[in-house]
Amino acid sequence: MPSSIDATELKPGQKLLMDGQPYTVIERQFVKPGKGAAFTRTKMKNLLTGRNVENNFRSGEKIELADIEEKGMSFLYKEGEDFVFMDQQSYEQITIAKDLVGDDWKWLKDNMIVFVLFWNGRAIGVTLPNFVELRVVTSEPGVKGDTSGGAQKPATLETGATINVPLFINEQDLLRIDTRTGEYCERVKG
Amino acid sequence: MSERERIATKKLRERSILNRTIRAFFDARDFIEIEAPILVPSPGLELHLDAFAVENRYLITSPEYQMKRLLAGGMKRIYSLGKVFRRKEAGARHNPEFTMLEWYRAGGSWTEIADDTEALVWQCARSVDARHAGRCALEPPWPRLSVGEACERWGRVRIHGDEDLTTLRERIRAAGWRVPADGDWSDVFFGFFLDAVEPHLGQDEPTLVYDWPRPLCALAREKPGDTRVVERFEVYAAGLELCNAFGELTDVAEQRRRLESDLTERRRRGLPEYPIDEKFLTALAAMPPSAGIALGVDRLAMLLLGASDIRDVVPFADDEL
Repeated sequence: MPSSIDATELKPGQKLLMDGQPYTVIERQFVKPGKGAAFTRTKMKNLLTGRNVENNFRSGEKIELADIEEKGMSFLYKEGEDFVFMDQQSYEQITIAKDLVGDDWKWLKDNMIVFVLFWNGRAIGVTLPNFVELRVVTSEPGVKGDTSGGAQKPATLETGATINVPLFINEQDLLRIDTRTGEYCERVKG
Repeated sequence: MSERERIATKKLRERSILNRTIRAFFDARDFIEIEAPILVPSPGLELHLDAFAVENRYLITSPEYQMKRLLAGGMKRIYSLGKVFRRKEAGARHNPEFTMLEWYRAGGSWTEIADDTEALVWQCARSVDARHAGRCALEPPWPRLSVGEACERWGRVRIHGDEDLTTLRERIRAAGWRVPADGDWSDVFFGFFLDAVEPHLGQDEPTLVYDWPRPLCALAREKPGDTRVVERFEVYAAGLELCNAFGELTDVAEQRRRLESDLTERRRRGLPEYPIDEKFLTALAAMPPSAGIALGVDRLAMLLLGASDIRDVVPFADDEL
């Protein structure tokens, strides 16, 4: 892998270094002021903070690429506040601090496969599947007679997280959840 | 997509209306339409324009040299609506061949050209029933501000136009903007301008930005009473750079100096070296003080017809040929 590329070669998905921080390219566009040099307008996401930024790189400018690797890993267990995962390929185990997992702990159950992003060999992010299926462990029965469309009640899932679900959901039901919004999608048979 | 479907997505009828409106606008103001030559001995030496070579000629990147020779020859109000050609410019807002509208007023000032521009765009907007472009309200008058004011307002950087490259870099960096490792004054300025200023221009109404820093003088004359800036303006609307206008440089010695400096820089960078157009330089001596403008008609069509891609307003973009 080359360590740098010309700004004109930037493509979505590419990982680059700017001011010492790793970014992934979301979008690129050719721009050129009528009386100026050509630039590549680049929308990028900071892989450490998750913030989106826009930058204009001049054609010919050398952009340093970031050494980023994404690995599929399975979640093994929680160790104190941290999380232990296993590399699907090498079976090597690594411990990831709770800050990196953030609110996603709510959807992590044993053996779930997630993608861990490494920058220079250091884990910097965890991406869950967009949808996960989790079982309800406790939920009060819905109030009889309340059949109005939007009514919801809290339910506690096997991971310990609590979410709002429709009134017809029972304990032991399996639910599909969108991890990007943290919202209930549907009840799954099983 | 079939050819029929592809063509159905194009706003060709509306474009035809715009062309008619443009001609009617200038006819009503007693301008003469010029069919400028397209094959010329020199395409202009600006560093960031790359011309197509055809045998011993070039395709024009702008008809300005010949238009100015006509002003020198006594014509007063002239316009040209035709194709120009620029290599390596392709994208959602660029096509290597595109339509340029240029008009000039002998004895006129840049503010008259600015008034023309507001009136023209508004007349075009009404002809296709587009009083707004997104949330950008097109009815004149439009706000006018100097490059210095724009850079200070949105970028928190003071740029007067007489700063050297080191000072410019330091000021941009001090305000928290990214500064590239290399690049000349123009490169560093535009990197900052695109990052910090341009995204704010022309969002609610078209914005006219005037008094450009001296290092970005192109073919504009110095502003009387302030050697740091030149008589040049651009209009930005709904994220698009629409046009570029000058109080025209008529000082032959100064024009020759700028062309020679561009040529030297082209040689240093290994860019194609185009000849200096001596007939243009000779004519400049007889040219009255004038103002003129180049407006991208494809951009105008994109603005007024709500197209985010230039392909939607031309029958065949370069990659559809």
